[in-house]
Amino acid sequence: MAEAFRIRGAGRIEGARGVRFSFDGQSYRGIEGDTLASALLANGVHLVGRSFKYHRPRGIVSAGAEEPNALVGIRRDRSRQTPNVRATVQEVYDGLVAISQNRWPSLAFDVGAVNDLASPFFSAGFYYKTFMWPKAAWERFYEPFIRRAAGLGVAPDRADADCYSNRFAHCDVLVVGGGAAGLAAALAASDAGASVILADEQAETGGALRGEKTALVDGKSAWEWAKEATETLAQRANVRILTRTTAFGYYAQNMVALSERRTDHLAEPPTDMPRERLWQVRAARVVLATGAIERPMVFPGNDRPGVMLASAARCYLNHYGVAVGRRVGVYTAEDSAWQAAFDLKGAGIDVSAIVDSRPSPPEDFVERATALGIECLTGHAVTGTSGRLRISSLKARRIGGTAIRDIACDALLTSSGWTPSVHLFSQSRGKLVFDADSQRFLPGEGPQDCISAGACAGALSLAEAVEQGFRAGAAASGKRRRKPVPMVTEGASWSEGTLGPAEDAGTGAFAKAFVDFQNDVTAKDIAQAVREGMRSIEHVKRFTTTGMATDQGKTSNMHGLAIAAGILRKPIPEVGLTTFRAPYTPVTFGALAGHARGALFEPVRRTPIHDWAKMQGAVFEDVGQWKRARYFPQDGEDMHGAVARECRTVRESAGVFDASTLGKIEVTGPDAAAFLEMIYTNPWSKLAVGRCRYGVMLREDGFIFDDGVVGRLAEDRFHVTTTTGGAPRVLHHMEDYLQTEFPQMRVYLTSTTEQWAVIAVQGPKSRDIIAPLVEGVDLSDATMPHMSVREGKVCGVPARIFRMSFTGERGFEINVPADFGRAVWEEIFAEAQKTGACAYGTEAMHVLRAEKGYIIVGQDTDGTVTPHDVGLAWAIGKNKTDFVGMRGLMRSDLAAGGRKQLVGLKTIDPRTVLEEGAQIVADPNEPVPMTMIGHVTSAYWSENCGRSIALALLKDGASRIGERLFVPMPDGAVNVEVCRPVFFDEEGGRLHG
Amino acid sequence: MLLIHCPYCGEARPELEFRHAGEAHVARPVGADVGDEDFEAFLFLRANPKGIVFERWRHIHGCGRFFNAARDTVSDRFLVTYKAGDKAPADIEGGRV
Amino acid sequence: MADMLPRDEILEGRMVEGEGVTVMPAAPASRLSLRAPEKSLASLSKALGLELPTNPKSSATVGSRAALWLGPDEWLVIEGSGAALAAACARVKAFHAAVDISHRNTGLIVSGPRCADVLNAGCPQDLSLAAFPVGAASRTVLGKAEAVLWRTARDAFRVECWRSFADYVFMLLEAAARDV
Repeated sequence: MAEAFRIRGAGRIEGARGVRFSFDGQSYRGIEGDTLASALLANGVHLVGRSFKYHRPRGIVSAGAEEPNALVGIRRDRSRQTPNVRATVQEVYDGLVAISQNRWPSLAFDVGAVNDLASPFFSAGFYYKTFMWPKAAWERFYEPFIRRAAGLGVAPDRADADCYSNRFAHCDVLVVGGGAAGLAAALAASDAGASVILADEQAETGGALRGEKTALVDGKSAWEWAKEATETLAQRANVRILTRTTAFGYYAQNMVALSERRTDHLAEPPTDMPRERLWQVRAARVVLATGAIERPMVFPGNDRPGVMLASAARCYLNHYGVAVGRRVGVYTAEDSAWQAAFDLKGAGIDVSAIVDSRPSPPEDFVERATALGIECLTGHAVTGTSGRLRISSLKARRIGGTAIRDIACDALLTSSGWTPSVHLFSQSRGKLVFDADSQRFLPGEGPQDCISAGACAGALSLAEAVEQGFRAGAAASGKRRRKPVPMVTEGASWSEGTLGPAEDAGTGAFAKAFVDFQNDVTAKDIAQAVREGMRSIEHVKRFTTTGMATDQGKTSNMHGLAIAAGILRKPIPEVGLTTFRAPYTPVTFGALAGHARGALFEPVRRTPIHDWAKMQGAVFEDVGQWKRARYFPQDGEDMHGAVARECRTVRESAGVFDASTLGKIEVTGPDAAAFLEMIYTNPWSKLAVGRCRYGVMLREDGFIFDDGVVGRLAEDRFHVTTTTGGAPRVLHHMEDYLQTEFPQMRVYLTSTTEQWAVIAVQGPKSRDIIAPLVEGVDLSDATMPHMSVREGKVCGVPARIFRMSFTGERGFEINVPADFGRAVWEEIFAEAQKTGACAYGTEAMHVLRAEKGYIIVGQDTDGTVTPHDVGLAWAIGKNKTDFVGMRGLMRSDLAAGGRKQLVGLKTIDPRTVLEEGAQIVADPNEPVPMTMIGHVTSAYWSENCGRSIALALLKDGASRIGERLFVPMPDGAVNVEVCRPVFFDEEGGRLHG
Repeated sequence: MLLIHCPYCGEARPELEFRHAGEAHVARPVGADVGDEDFEAFLFLRANPKGIVFERWRHIHGCGRFFNAARDTVSDRFLVTYKAGDKAPADIEGGRV
Repeated sequence: MADMLPRDEILEGRMVEGEGVTVMPAAPASRLSLRAPEKSLASLSKALGLELPTNPKSSATVGSRAALWLGPDEWLVIEGSGAALAAACARVKAFHAAVDISHRNTGLIVSGPRCADVLNAGCPQDLSLAAFPVGAASRTVLGKAEAVLWRTARDAFRVECWRSFADYVFMLLEAAARDV
């Protein structure tokens, strides 16, 4: 059995497979091709939601994306719930579960509707006036109350289980809108050979032709023409048709963002199919064929379920075969609504009356209506409606008259005219021009290569729309048009209509003449806003919230503007037009994120040795994008135990450490040393081949930027190392100077960070460990002292061996090509185990270097620290005449006394480990805010020292050695003694021993 | 996303491949005896006008080259891009191409 | 230790066969980052046995060896046979920098009729045949990674990225391959 309001022989989806869906727990039947709205209407359901503020019962208004009322929640499962889905856009599928929103306990009986009775207190600006005072009530009462009351629908409480995708695309012509004008444009453009993307937000192309029945194009029904045109386009290799795809943002240089919905219409979406795909289209030219949106009439009671747009009723009948009622009234101020009445009557629906506020609508319409037996009330207004959850009658009165007629109806179709959809054109920064004759904003001059065609450009008939579309497409392709324009022999037209409240509806007395359905803004509210001093539409908008709901006022903005302009007695353009902003319709966060979720949120970089460390049970930490082994717990050790053991082992025998993430740059060329002289504070020219030096790099402002060891491999070749996080910015910084300041220097820079796996072997036994594996390099202290570099072989593969130390112990860093890193590591580790050495992670590395007072740039420095501040003045070449940061260092505030300087801190209780970032004060009893004289930059338990150690930046620190200071913490100040920032082997003998 | 014409690649590429690098034609003063005012002008002072700016960009994820551009901050349009070391085209100085 | 250790290729054994596209690791190769001014090109071309291309976004191929233009003084030289490249340039006296980056990069092959669409999931460049013809090569972005794309055939690209980005790039292309 078919649904009660499905009309046999009407519509185009007849015969499709039947589906079952539910709305608020009630099961209904629909057919494939239905939207949720058409399927509900087919079952006689108009009431679908409650309004935002007054909780008034609301029905389906439109048949498209502009829908302000019919917002529902769609549930697939707990992690797939979408609030605020427009029932007019959602396609039904077997098993669809939809629920109404903003009502409790049920849609038909909603406690919140008490707001409607209290509506005199909820007038425009209510929020701003009411929630002002007392201030204390804001957090405790007002905000929680508003948060509970605000918002429609419920967000899911689980992570989105769907996936999303992204696609960049380029084309000659992007056509937005697959209605008559858009199809004609795509035909013309692709016919001339241009690559074309045609995007349409509906399930299929055709646009407003869905509602057409009588129009003829090229001798065929307009719908058939549209289908054939689509078929023709689909077969062209240079055309891509994207349906269910909304162009929601128009950005600079013809970049248009499209959101393609791929699974929301499927009963059982394939699990790995992205729900939505974001298209970022760069088009040489854009044709906007976005059509026009019908406006409702503004009159008291115009929001009652059953009151809907005339074009929507026509679409439901002619496309979906659904009658929106059994006895239908029409209230209009323009021509196209008459056609809806004729179509409904022709389908056997009773049309109780056509009320037209115009004294003399086109005579042939009146004649035809009369011939069909429809009563025509011209020069009349609808002054109200009745019915609780559905309209039951309309009240009509001759304009200026007094007698009111009550005419029974179960649906009322209204139309006050069409608003061109200029949203995207405006987003493109195109200027909108107000056409006073037709009372419309139309596309004017635009800065981008963009043509508007069809109803969005002001076309007033199907013939005009097709003609404009075809010419726009041909022009956009940049080639001469060869084929003739499709001929519209019989076609729809629409007239200009009216703006603002319908005549005789009033703005004062009739509070419930709604302008913005979704935000519950009435004509009276807008009038009040103007009375209270709002002059610009931008102010009226914010005061009343008109146009600020999720539909962004697609059906309401022009009415609101006209009402304000009318009261101000100003022309509409002087009151202004609110800004059109992306997105055109709501876009999911998923679509914007695209692939960038989960494992693809950010690249996770792993070293060649990562998998080995993982097998050993290493605990990793994030260092930028890198995963680094933090420590290697053994036999149930916690972090403290593992780090203590690793630190002890390194100093007793040795440790093996994965230093692959260190940045590496090969600096090559005859001017390599001269270039490094400019980039670093240190001198380089006299560094012998085979030797290394610790270098400090500044920015022009004189502050430390990065540091690292640089080895000279040859006269004209240096191996530079940087901090792990600093690698990209150091290369960028060096390239900047090389390319733009010292372009005469004959030097090239190449990142080799990932060419080399770096295995650090540190500790008294380090040489014994590597010696058996090294070929061609004499590792003796005499030939290879501390701070040397050699090229040779390790485990048979080419290697760069550095003798250097970040622990204060004798140490080596072995660089081998990355793909050999794991194998070489395993060989070294096997040797290391023979000596009782262990693998150690970044945490032990941090402790070991802090024991020696070696800074970590970015931890012990913060971008405001000079080499002098951290005891690195020795690294500044005394005879240099220029380097980056040299002049900066001479700035008066950098040379002045009173700067923070690096010191060590010893807690008086050696077991207390300070907190990094904690502030240092001289007087712990000073009232808050205390005078802060420094802060802790590094703090650890040092197993080797048998106590806690810390590094700090302290005002005049160098002159405070031995002083007692305090580190205030929530549970009391910690007493500390200032010391030199070296805690272990102060003489440095172990480096060589 | 802007399209930026790289003068080294000879074509317009997506903004994602580029990195902005500050005002162009700021000369780096050389040596220790640069006066405070000159150094202040170099380190801190930027014109930042509304309208046409001359700025540096790097095609960092493309050819890697730094280059210069004249861009209108009102319309966000690039008027011209040119190689590092080249002088700003004289006919743009007055704000017109 | 007579023989070299085997290379531990990061994407070894991984492969995606999607509708109209296949993503797989490229065979191990030798690679050189070559930097040189114009006047050194003749002798470098001779040493490498191929004409270094000077047009932006282009490449030159001879046998198993290819040179990809990355910048006005920068080329990525790839040798499929595994023969060392740095040695060839070492003899050249003219100013240049030849740095072995055989292990820095990882190669992926993306092939099939949908290859350009799949790459366009993360690459913002126009990869149509008109804009990016066979032989075209360019450094660009691929999602949140940097990569070099080289169109080796109408329906095939070689993607070169840094070793530690290979996993990300592979997973991105895998996700894109599913997005038919």
